[in-house]
Amino acid sequence: MSAIVKVTNLTKTYGGTAAVQGVSFELEENKIYGLLGRNGAGKTTIMHMLTAQQFASSGDIAVFGEAPFENESVLSRLCFIKESQKYPPMFTVKDVLEVSAMLHPNWDAAYAADLAGAFGLPMKRKVQKLSRGMLSAVGVVVGLASRAPLTIFDEPYLGLDAVARSIFYDRLLEDYAEHPRTVILSTHLIDEVSRLLEHVLLIDQGKLLLDQDVERLSGMAYSVVGSAAKLDAFVAGKKVLARETMGAIASATVMGEAGAQVRREAAERGLEFAPVSLQQLIVHLTGGKLGEKEAISS
Amino acid sequence: MSFLIDDSRPIFVQIAERIENDIIEGALPEESQVPSTNQFAAFYQINPATAAKGVNLLTEQGILYKKRGIGMFVAAGAKASLVEKRKEQFFEQYVVTMMREAEKIGITQDQLADMVRKGGSKS
Repeated sequence: MSAIVKVTNLTKTYGGTAAVQGVSFELEENKIYGLLGRNGAGKTTIMHMLTAQQFASSGDIAVFGEAPFENESVLSRLCFIKESQKYPPMFTVKDVLEVSAMLHPNWDAAYAADLAGAFGLPMKRKVQKLSRGMLSAVGVVVGLASRAPLTIFDEPYLGLDAVARSIFYDRLLEDYAEHPRTVILSTHLIDEVSRLLEHVLLIDQGKLLLDQDVERLSGMAYSVVGSAAKLDAFVAGKKVLARETMGAIASATVMGEAGAQVRREAAERGLEFAPVSLQQLIVHLTGGKLGEKEAISS
Repeated sequence: MSFLIDDSRPIFVQIAERIENDIIEGALPEESQVPSTNQFAAFYQINPATAAKGVNLLTEQGILYKKRGIGMFVAAGAKASLVEKRKEQFFEQYVVTMMREAEKIGITQDQLADMVRKGGSKS
């Protein structure tokens, strides 16, 4: 596996505020990545810098081994679907697809038409007249049909209903299987996409909090539920991310692997185990105090 | 999303278990071909790498084997070895949990034995 994106110590400051601070990561070829984090965490700024739409204040970016700025050989292999893509006012859906075909060397026009049909897009309608969901669907069609070696979707499903989102997931997996490429999905709909992802980058307050395979993440934390006194004895000395009490019952989310010994120990105290979903884990990680978080990423 | 997969355990483990169940129940006979990882991925709406990890888990245990250029197949003797493994897990998974719950709500061991017999005659 070779890295197609290499970001080193990337920083972006606006005036005195740092939107992105010292972020470093690598993206390997042909994986589906999740770029996750709360609103304003710095996800979009990172994507803008990766795609040469914003300058970095400092740090290095290499995409396909080269700096992306004004670099045709890099940019022709990129497809970035923005959250609120603006199109020229007179453009119809058909126009958008035709222009996209010129921008993306791997464009598959038949596939684009097929996708537009699946989402029920009216080809002759002006993009301006489309609903929010339809506009998102246009972005999804362009992103998939571009078959760009690096395809980036920033919140691709704004306004898409559950059926349309499911079509997107199905089509993405299907086409990814036939035409492997690197995909970045930036979203806060974590539960829905977590199964599609292979690897997660979690951004919080401009910093990279996690850079981990999804399968490893699902084993990073667990919750235990039981009587408060027994629970407190069990969690003593463990790293507790969150604790809730309801009458005599308490639950705690604990950082660490739920190995056989931990499970036995909990069972002996009459505590029940529950899994922690990726979304819950991320809520706990990005909702706490900053001081605790830095220990986790190290 | 796929209704067959839940969040209780890692997804690749659940994929491996579903293949195991299919082998035990005879839906996937020995020497038959297993769906490809891309087919699993599409069916369960999961990442193909996750599906591959589940399949690999069974390959490492000798339950599945690879025919180069064709795909994954169920090994001879896979069913018997899976049944053996499940029997070992049965006590921990069902009997111990049942005893614990029975104790909690005050069912005696004799009453429990009666229930098991009654349940057995029903099926």
